[in-house]
Amino acid sequence: MDTSTQPTLTHLRALEAEAIHVFREVAAELERPVLLFSGGKDSIVLLRLAEKAFRPGGFPFPVMHVDTGHNFPEVIEFRDRRVAELGERMIVASVQESIDKGRAVEEKGPRASRNRLQTVTLLDAITEHGFDAAFGGARRDEERARAKERIFSFRDDFGQWDPKAQRPELWSLYNGRIRRGEHVRVFPLSNWTELDVWQYIDEEGLEVPSIYFAHDREVFERDGMLYATSPYMELIDGETPFNASVRYRTVGDMSCTGGVRSGAATLSEVVAEIAVTRITERGETRADDRVTEAAMEDRKREGYF
Amino acid sequence: MAVIEANSELLRFATAGSVDDGKSTLIGRLLYDSKQVLTDQMTHVEEVSERRGDGFVNLALLTDGLRAEREQGITIDVAYRYFQTPRRKFIIADTPGHEQYTRNMVTGASTADLSLKLLDARAGVVEQSKRHAYIASLLRIPHVVVCVNKMDLVDWDQGVYERIVGEFSDFAAPLGIENLTFIPISALEGDNVVDRSTHTPWYTGPSLLDHLEGVEITRGLDHADARFPVQWVIQPSAARAPDYRGYAGRVAGGALAPGDEVVVLPSGRRTRVAAIDSLEGELDTAFAPMSVTVRLEDDVDVSRGDMICGAGDPPTAVRELTADVCWMAEAPLHAGARYAVKHTTRTARAVVDEVMSKVDIHTLESGEAEQLALNDIGRVRLRTSAPLVADPYARNRTTGSFILIDEATNDTVGAGMVLDAA
Ligand SMILES: Nc1nc2c(ncn2[C@@H]2O[C@H](COP(=O)(O)OP(=O)(O)O)[C@@H](O)[C@H]2O)c(=O)[nH]1
Repeated sequence: MDTSTQPTLTHLRALEAEAIHVFREVAAELERPVLLFSGGKDSIVLLRLAEKAFRPGGFPFPVMHVDTGHNFPEVIEFRDRRVAELGERMIVASVQESIDKGRAVEEKGPRASRNRLQTVTLLDAITEHGFDAAFGGARRDEERARAKERIFSFRDDFGQWDPKAQRPELWSLYNGRIRRGEHVRVFPLSNWTELDVWQYIDEEGLEVPSIYFAHDREVFERDGMLYATSPYMELIDGETPFNASVRYRTVGDMSCTGGVRSGAATLSEVVAEIAVTRITERGETRADDRVTEAAMEDRKREGYF
Repeated sequence: MAVIEANSELLRFATAGSVDDGKSTLIGRLLYDSKQVLTDQMTHVEEVSERRGDGFVNLALLTDGLRAEREQGITIDVAYRYFQTPRRKFIIADTPGHEQYTRNMVTGASTADLSLKLLDARAGVVEQSKRHAYIASLLRIPHVVVCVNKMDLVDWDQGVYERIVGEFSDFAAPLGIENLTFIPISALEGDNVVDRSTHTPWYTGPSLLDHLEGVEITRGLDHADARFPVQWVIQPSAARAPDYRGYAGRVAGGALAPGDEVVVLPSGRRTRVAAIDSLEGELDTAFAPMSVTVRLEDDVDVSRGDMICGAGDPPTAVRELTADVCWMAEAPLHAGARYAVKHTTRTARAVVDEVMSKVDIHTLESGEAEQLALNDIGRVRLRTSAPLVADPYARNRTTGSFILIDEATNDTVGAGMVLDAA
């Protein structure tokens, strides 16, 4: 072929091709992978990429949701429907069960969240099922500590990440070798940004849970963020619920995920809003990252997603 | 803010520079001036700048990742950054400048379309700049951009700039870099980073960002002939799709189309492409770097690790090869040592028959060597337990590269580039 007429891929299709390649490498080289599905936009994209990697075959791994029990009901409904449509296996690992079994202790007070407890449930489920690889939807643009994380990110027996002992990742040659008890978190969307994810959802015509679009909801304001009123959140003195048009940029636990004021009711309106947004996704809507400067790094060391 | 197109191209570039040349400041500046820095990130940078007593908003902090680095005030590992303009999306592999981190530089360079080097105008060309240029040429990065930084500290003196350009061009000439460009900048003040500077009327070239948006993304020789390493065989249950057998993989070079005559290596069986499948249906063609599924006309035995190649000019399957290796482990590589070798989708065992030479990282000259130590680059002969279907790296960066894995520790210990497969 003449190099002057060589075709090129758009950046989204180049990112897609890279992610599909990662999926297939993991399926081929690890024994028991699992795909972590939260019902959120990043994991929705993961499911589509898995279809692209393995259809007309089934997925060579199950899908797993770590359910805090405090999820948005719209997200749980969507999760069940989407997995059923795909005809794939789903495992639900429950934080409530971890608490009932005494593996995890519920936080107390109005700022209590089950976000941190997810780590226990996740690591227990990985051990119980003998998973050696877990696909996650994390992106490097989300947060400073992630910028250095590899696509194949190794976890020791305790699920810990050691940022100083990462394997070099050269070309597209991934080394997925691990010892018994270790596992690898795999992030096929490492090189995607939030905008890429939305544009891809738009181009592919993927359905997302309704909470991503502007809707009227009863909320209250805390630390500059708008939280949904729910049985899982106690109000602190001075906080008063009111109605606002909001949408969510992530679909985490109701106790730590805030909404943003928005009138964007369609995908293209959301994409347009994101393209001009002046605040990062995590900084705006995730209370869990705002605690200390190195909050994410600390949680990752402990085995968080 | 400009509308961002979903159909812009992707350019990957790697940065390198000695400590304090201004690399973090430059990247911070690119992100900031292209309006990629968001309010909360900026607030964070302002807070930390003040706490450290920097006396100004230190844009270098934008690209400063992990806790350990923040404490030491230096970058220690490859970090990836993203920014987008209406024309392109950029992935930056930001690699640290210390001597002992050749391995990080090689890692960042392995996937780069372009290499961006920083020089301090006051220091000029130093030993380390030569090493960076050498690594860029070894890894076959088609474009190298040299930013002569801190021009504000030499009064925007054209003479200083020209001397550096001359010296760098002289030593780079034998390296065979395809496209070498120089730009005088001040990362701190933003001159010639996004917009052309008024301080350099004598400079007629583009600003750095204009250059990054404009360079041709050469997939170059990768398109010479079809290379399709098989990753995974799709053979669904009867309930999903009876009688389907497809070979899933990513095109590593050239293009494939239904009807093309192909040869499956290492077996050497010939057949034709029956169809190229994607989730959206059958495709007319697949080219690098697309991920697709190929069906073949004949029922030949193909599995992971095999390569489907254009019948015109297929590579050879070899069990002995000469390669340049960058060594990444504490324990040195020496003759007789055994490793796992991962090349495309095939993994085999390899034994080092001979360490032929090693590059002196100071003079860039090759000399005899017994072993390769951490961060050494040298030439070795390898013998493998199974045939590898390899091209010379100079011809194809995917089918010409491999990694060496220590089977005792599971670590990736070497990065290899095939010179000669025979
Ligand atoms: N005067 C001047 N100082 C600069 C320029 N670029 C960087 N610096 C300063 O040089 C020092 C090192 O910069 P930094 O970006 O941290 O270097 P790195 O180690 O290469 O990442 C800092 O004090 C910067 O403020 C420049 O263009 N002009």
